[in-house]
Amino acid sequence: MSGTLSVARAVARRSLIHAFTNPALLVPSIIFPLVFLIGFAGGLSAVGNVPGFTFHGNYTAFVFVFVFLQSAAFGGVFTGFGIAADFESGFARRMLLASPHRSGMLLGYALAGLARWCVTAVLVTVASLVAGMQVHGDGVQLGGLVGVALLTNITATLFGAGISLRTKTLQAGPLMQIPIFVGLFLAPVYVPLKLLTGWINTVASYNPVTALITAGRGFISGAPEKSLLAFACGAMLAALMGVYALRGLRRAERGL
Amino acid sequence: MNVETLREIGIIANRSVRRTLRQPALIVPTILFPLLLLAINASGLDVTKNIPNFPADSYLDFALVVTFMQGGLFAATTAGTELATDIETGFLNRLQLTPLRAPAILIGQLAGSMTVAFLASLVYLAVGLLAGAHVEAGFGGALALIGLAMLVALAFGGIGSIIGARTGSAEAVQGMFPLIFVFFFLSSMNLPRNLIEVGWFRTVASWNPISYLVEGLRSLVITGWDGTALWRCLVTAVAISVVSFLGASATLRTRMART
Repeated sequence: MSGTLSVARAVARRSLIHAFTNPALLVPSIIFPLVFLIGFAGGLSAVGNVPGFTFHGNYTAFVFVFVFLQSAAFGGVFTGFGIAADFESGFARRMLLASPHRSGMLLGYALAGLARWCVTAVLVTVASLVAGMQVHGDGVQLGGLVGVALLTNITATLFGAGISLRTKTLQAGPLMQIPIFVGLFLAPVYVPLKLLTGWINTVASYNPVTALITAGRGFISGAPEKSLLAFACGAMLAALMGVYALRGLRRAERGL
Repeated sequence: MNVETLREIGIIANRSVRRTLRQPALIVPTILFPLLLLAINASGLDVTKNIPNFPADSYLDFALVVTFMQGGLFAATTAGTELATDIETGFLNRLQLTPLRAPAILIGQLAGSMTVAFLASLVYLAVGLLAGAHVEAGFGGALALIGLAMLVALAFGGIGSIIGARTGSAEAVQGMFPLIFVFFFLSSMNLPRNLIEVGWFRTVASWNPISYLVEGLRSLVITGWDGTALWRCLVTAVAISVVSFLGASATLRTRMART
């Protein structure tokens, strides 16, 4: 266990130094969610006036939850990019050869992704508060929102890692971005689920991301909704992606 | 530009097109991703047609042209990634042994992304029409839509090339994707400017050239032949193309001089 932690610590430290000393890698992961926040809260605020739109809070709070979870997910995707870049440069292969406990590499990348996302999460939250976001949830409920986002980040990181460990190339970037993007957008992004009509309503009803977003909106509005379901979905997705990433690691080991 | 230079550009362009078309991972997302977003947004934001003074009968008509803009954005990523990869692998260094100059290399390199943008535009239009969208400007308008979309792709391709030439890193180009997205979101992409409630956002959208690109393309679908929207779109696209191409040429020249 100490060997795994030692590898994880080294990989995380190296990934964070790499990320925080390369603005070209760090800035986009911060800008992306801020852009969505501005675009939705500013450009689409009129949607909050549509008949039937009921939410305890303003439209900024409504879209903040989506953007917060999206930033967590894309934090994971950017970590996946980093792993792929390490393979392209040959660094990851050397790490695979040198690490006594290779699963520690996954843990290290996940920890680094989490740390990177924390910076983004703080900035997105501050930006939303500056934009006038109304928060009705108490401390525990807001903790629940952060918990849901953490599960989202871990899931996305493990997914990105799984893809990177299999493809070992940055050209697989879209394979990491698009499923996450689509998964997030096949949920009630702009309006509550009840205002969605047709196929999107059906898909969103079965999409586990809907539970995460609904729970998050419940937490921030002070009226928790589907919280247990959200944590169950989050934990299940994280476990599934953990298996996917570990199998990817084994495949990468065989390719050495 | 003599015949020999044109022939060399042709060789680079041929390589760029073949290399791009051989990578389904580049083409498929370029086509599928905007269509998926169109499907999602057209359904998810369909309630916006209930907002008074909304200019279209369905959000599908209103949002169809966003796919062309996103296709252009992917052209930027493709162009930048291809150029950066050539820098990373040393291909650009080898090109320096030839008489080719930076602008000629750029023209050739953009051929791949332009080909993908063209194919994608045809698919977007076909899928949009099949899904029930209606081009108000008719068949000629549809052709104009494709033409303007290509010009937009060229403009964004130039921007992608600047990033690719400056960073020389495919990873950095992929990461820059969200930065270009900033301009999309701060535009009238999702709602017409007169329906944007937040004052500062409406001001930014009015100053954002992307708004004029979107509105020009969109006018062909929801209004018909709107001269004002079209000339604004044309001037904006040409200006971005010229500036980005000159910028990319200068950046590439600097990089080639360094190596």
